[in-house]
Amino acid sequence: MIEFRKEFFADERDDNLNEIGKPTRRQDILGHVTGRSPFFDDHLFDGLLHIRCVRSPHHHARIRRIDTAEAQAMPGVVRVLTGRDVPRNLNTLLSLLDFGIDDEPLLADSKVAYKGEPVAAIIAETEAQARAAVTKVRVDWEVRPHVLDVEEAIRPGAPVVCEVYKTNKFIYHGKYDHQKMRYGDVEAAFARADHIVEGRYQMSPIEQAPIETCGAIAAPETNDRYVCYTSTQALFFSLGTAAKVLTTPSNRFHFIGGTVGGGFGGKVDSVHEPIAILGAMLTGRPCKFAWDREEEMQVGAPRGAERWYIKDGVARDGRILARKFTGYFDSGAYTRLSSYAIIKSVGHLPGPYTIPNVHADVYCVYTNRTPATAMRGFGITGVDFAIEAHMDKVAEAVAMNPIDLRILNAYRDGDMKAHRREAKNCALIECCQVVADKAGIALQAASRAASSLRDGGGERGRLPAHTALDQHGVVTGIDTGGYARKTGAQGRPARHIEMPGYTMPTAASAGRAPAQSPARPGAASTAASPSTATEPPRPAPADGGNRRQGAMRFSAISGLRRR
Amino acid sequence: MGLHRGRGFAAINYPIGMNLGGDPSQALVHSNPDGKFTVALSSIDLGQGMKSVTRQIAAETLGVPVADVYVDTADSDTGPHCMGSFASRGTHRVGNAVIQAAQEARAVMLEAAAEELEVDAADLVTDGRGNIHVNGAPSRSITTMAACQAAQFKQGRTVSGRGIFLIPLSEVDPETGEMTPVSCFAHAALLVEVEVDDETGEVAVRDMQSAYELGRALNPKLVEQQLVGGAWMGMSHALWETTEPYYPDRSHGPVDFNHYLMPGPGDVAPHHISVLERPAPDGPFGGKGPGEMCANPVLPAVANAVYDAVGVRIDELPITPEKILRGIRANGGAKPRRRLAAGAA
Repeated sequence: MIEFRKEFFADERDDNLNEIGKPTRRQDILGHVTGRSPFFDDHLFDGLLHIRCVRSPHHHARIRRIDTAEAQAMPGVVRVLTGRDVPRNLNTLLSLLDFGIDDEPLLADSKVAYKGEPVAAIIAETEAQARAAVTKVRVDWEVRPHVLDVEEAIRPGAPVVCEVYKTNKFIYHGKYDHQKMRYGDVEAAFARADHIVEGRYQMSPIEQAPIETCGAIAAPETNDRYVCYTSTQALFFSLGTAAKVLTTPSNRFHFIGGTVGGGFGGKVDSVHEPIAILGAMLTGRPCKFAWDREEEMQVGAPRGAERWYIKDGVARDGRILARKFTGYFDSGAYTRLSSYAIIKSVGHLPGPYTIPNVHADVYCVYTNRTPATAMRGFGITGVDFAIEAHMDKVAEAVAMNPIDLRILNAYRDGDMKAHRREAKNCALIECCQVVADKAGIALQAASRAASSLRDGGGERGRLPAHTALDQHGVVTGIDTGGYARKTGAQGRPARHIEMPGYTMPTAASAGRAPAQSPARPGAASTAASPSTATEPPRPAPADGGNRRQGAMRFSAISGLRRR
Repeated sequence: MGLHRGRGFAAINYPIGMNLGGDPSQALVHSNPDGKFTVALSSIDLGQGMKSVTRQIAAETLGVPVADVYVDTADSDTGPHCMGSFASRGTHRVGNAVIQAAQEARAVMLEAAAEELEVDAADLVTDGRGNIHVNGAPSRSITTMAACQAAQFKQGRTVSGRGIFLIPLSEVDPETGEMTPVSCFAHAALLVEVEVDDETGEVAVRDMQSAYELGRALNPKLVEQQLVGGAWMGMSHALWETTEPYYPDRSHGPVDFNHYLMPGPGDVAPHHISVLERPAPDGPFGGKGPGEMCANPVLPAVANAVYDAVGVRIDELPITPEKILRGIRANGGAKPRRRLAAGAA
């Protein structure tokens, strides 16, 4: 049952439009319900070959040798691919945005870092023949110790999962082994809080579970091009990745997709396309590479597990004075999208509430499991579970109705958010009120009278007078290459407030560090230092006025330019 | 011993579009000589209705009936660049690109009509039913088809337009996390009622009451399908799903839908949805994007409801019968809380 509560925010809308707001039937529904919509797997060319991968049975192992001779001689086998066949066998999706370092082979050739990691691919006349030949590839493994828990993985002496990040932690901005948020001073606020509420929360890994598993079909086209039908959620990410790892100009690929049997995030960073195209290039025939259900569930990247610790300082009347987060994203064996999800997550903290002191340290941790990727609510779902389960505990600690507690702390138009931008277009309070009303829950008078449009801003709209900064987790000895920015943020802060010990960077301060020698992230080591409230050294920007240019784009986030 | 009812609540907001911006999408719009329009994109329809919502946005902007527009998407030879369908960015980013492209095409169509009617294009309006007329003088009119034919065969004009939408990339301060993550947020609050069996540890979701604020609902039926399906997914995440049941141990990983648990039709609860529409200043006709956020409030609301029902806090998902029974045993029995009973203050 659904109702549209048009009385809310009515003066902000013009409801008299011709097509917008109408329950128009979907353009593609007749094709879908009659089973005629063409998906990638409906392009079964004559002579289509089938690709199946040989996968690691170990969590972590060195590859001494791969012997494909017996597999090559199996009935129907046309070709066996290994890492040596991939022109550029090292990739990370967001390198296309200059975010992150290539850290993952398409077909592993020196070591595997998770159970199920592909080491070879059989191309055969039928899928059954490809499956039969998979069992005949002989790999000489040297099994290594593995680590599966995020907090064990970051202890000294833990097995190194991903050779690019020797401490099993992603490096942010070339400077820290985690992403920080610092807003106000949580420790000072804890000291004057009436209640301290602490919690630990664990989000599970989850499969996107589309009905159509991930896959692609590629075929040679005339004029030395290749057509590729794909289930991708991001056509140009997939095309760009294929062009990169196959070292082929992008306009020699003709990608066709757009009608997909569910995605939920699991089809953003697929490498089915380049492997299918590589097969077509090397055999001269159409090739299909698609996961079966078992692969979709166990080697297809899931929503990553997240572990969150939250500590709140709360006043007797229910106002949350301070909130501190420590988060660990389980990235699995490679980076994929977890490093980026963490920045999204940190920008989301402390949830839809106005809390004057917020502190977060969030780590992207490598473990010997299937790499994690995007899924519905990417970077947000896990921490929202933690925040809202925690809010329930806070409500109990101060003996308040949980809905009254949310409304009391809810953000309103004009409030300052912890990422230092003004809140606008808020509607949390109204959502809470509607649900309470429907469920017959009597709220306090102040909660009933509250509005997102009123009582925000003012004192609540100011940046904290003092922010406690620290150098905890600083990475030394890392050489981040030419474009790392190690100083303050560029940005358009909503307000400029002078704070003792901290100067807001100006809009034009996004300076670049001078060019340095090539990246050597492996040289990283971390130095944990106790949190202090003093100002860290903040070198002046190298060139105060220059804007970013060219293809650097996201490089400033990772601090590690694509190599 | 027996069944215990409990209620749990959660409220969330959700950032719309790729974090930090820097995620452009383009659209191309053109008409054939009959005044029928094609929108060329490279966005992906995953079942969420990408083609349909962009079709309505194009028709609204062009001022033509929705039947006069079709969306052709995701052919890299004909469609312009798009970052893709993820991060709740489709409606917001692509929708804005379609508006820009459609506005440019509409302007040419009105210029063609103005030349045929011998009036100023600025005085023309569309009626959304296939006609263009002088504002205030409906009798001085021309069909959109006639205008497009004149453009093609008499005037030599291209009734076409290009659009792009790009939120410039925000940087991130390593010291403070200062950033501009996104430009608009959707909101939700949800109350779930569960029944917990203190002998088996099983949880049945009995009822959901929600309010979702998602900017303007561009197509109320597409919104409904997202919210109903998303809440189901949230409930499934809370109580059933995981690829690693003994995380961080990797054993017993499911490999098919017999072992990867999800709620079936008999497990689905009635869901009473209220939609609030506070238009996003930078959204297409104020739309935000309901796709991802609708699942999020369900997970914590279910955990809080289980606590309300039997007094057991499960802070590790999924909330399995095993965890509940262990918790009840540790507490020396079910301890109902009843903090959100109807009428309670």
